[in-house]
Amino acid sequence: MSKTPEKLPGDPNTTGHSWDGIEEFDNPMPRWWLWTFYVTIIWGVIYTIMYPAWPLVQSATAGVLGWSSRELVQEEMVAFEEANAPWNAKLVETSLEDISKDAELQQYAVNAGGAVFRTWCAQCHGSGAQGAPGFPNLLDDAWLWGGSLEDIEYTVAYGIRNEESDDARYSEMPAFGELLEKDEITQVVQYVMSLTNAQTDDAAAQAGKVVFEDNCSACHGEDGKGDVSQGAPNLTDAIWLYGGSQEALTETVTYSRFGVMPAWENRLTDAQIRAVTAYVHQLGGGQ
Amino acid sequence: MAILDKHKILETNATLLLIFSFLVVTIGGIVQITPLFYLENTIEKVEGMRPYTPLEMAGREIYIREGCYTCHSQMIRPMRDEVERYGHYSLAAESMYDHPFQWGSKRTGPDLARVGGRYSDQWHVDHLRDPQSVVPESVMPKYGFLEHRKIDGKYIGDIMAANAVVGTPYTEEMLANAQADFRAQADPDSDYDGLLERYGDKVSVRNFDGQPELTEADALVAYLQMLGTLVDFSTFTPDPSR
Repeated sequence: MSKTPEKLPGDPNTTGHSWDGIEEFDNPMPRWWLWTFYVTIIWGVIYTIMYPAWPLVQSATAGVLGWSSRELVQEEMVAFEEANAPWNAKLVETSLEDISKDAELQQYAVNAGGAVFRTWCAQCHGSGAQGAPGFPNLLDDAWLWGGSLEDIEYTVAYGIRNEESDDARYSEMPAFGELLEKDEITQVVQYVMSLTNAQTDDAAAQAGKVVFEDNCSACHGEDGKGDVSQGAPNLTDAIWLYGGSQEALTETVTYSRFGVMPAWENRLTDAQIRAVTAYVHQLGGGQ
Repeated sequence: MAILDKHKILETNATLLLIFSFLVVTIGGIVQITPLFYLENTIEKVEGMRPYTPLEMAGREIYIREGCYTCHSQMIRPMRDEVERYGHYSLAAESMYDHPFQWGSKRTGPDLARVGGRYSDQWHVDHLRDPQSVVPESVMPKYGFLEHRKIDGKYIGDIMAANAVVGTPYTEEMLANAQADFRAQADPDSDYDGLLERYGDKVSVRNFDGQPELTEADALVAYLQMLGTLVDFSTFTPDPSR
């Protein structure tokens, strides 16, 4: 067995535990540690007095400071609303055409509208408004439902083919798979492709012209230039929402398409709708 | 203080230490948890909350199975930036039929607590199939396989019954008609009056994924399109003390 260590004068007492002759000093906790520990306890008590904490019979104590996360967010929202209120009021009062005549107001509208766009519109129309297959590009000159300020405002407010708003823009292309023979669909697709000078089978395209005039021209026009009053796209401009390949067009004609846009009248304020209208209009394609 | 000098008794007696440790944890638990059950202001009363329809419930099960909660939260915090982006902050009542709740703890993707109605069904289908096709900067994986997995709701009644056991107010009628309601919600040509009668007129009946078969994509999109749309905030007055 090892030698029991010699106890030096000034050494603290041992705990009395002994393992194989090894003993343990009973040192007190360091003072700084002990006091920090006491301070945290005192801090904890003060904290529960100042802030909402202790559950009582009906509700928890509200705390001396009256802190409330709901009130804080409410105050902050109101503060920003009030700061923007004069601009928003001006935005709602001014006619859409006149907004751009007031440089400062236009700048406000475009900035505020850009924020609205990035929050609510970018997921479908792209963060740069470039669109995605099935979701229109807002930068170009092609508009399904019109690109004037009034048209854009209406589309934003009520949406397209949605169930939420009775005023939503609505039209429905028939699924021609049930109405036309396969050959006729092939022909009309060839004809539609020929409108944008794509490589086509001339004979089929000629036959397709008849099919087009009988079935498609009522909405897309005799010349295929479309009709914004019913959201019928221009087929001659080589801008394709669902793709302009033979496969994509055959799918479109056979099964039809039914693009939906939500209505924003109940989610955005009038000022926000007008701001995002101004923003979209000035992106490049506004009429 | 003499009692503090007696700690040696606890420290040298393992059974006693266990009993007293358990006692301390119990007291802590009682103080923290019990008030939530009796305090009136824990869950405020709101109008519009209803149990999930069978199809939405199936969508929720898929949401959980695919681990959507690991990247998406369903909890809008009361802060201005969140309220501006996602809508009204979440209320406890909005999760009261969630077993388990889907608050999540991490946002790789955006919060989904109020995603319902924000995008079209087609957007959801496109986005699940290939997220980058609509949001190029997204890092979300593809879930196109959901469109090919047909479901018939054979066991959805059992899942609802299990939820009823833990407190979701599903009626006998709801449980008995679970499979019929499940099919009806995804088929606008069906007779869905019973579904609306049981779950309310606001239930959306649509072919959510746009293809004839009833698939997991239908269920998931039905669930997503309902999220956050139930509570009628026009009748809601926030109580600041909550």
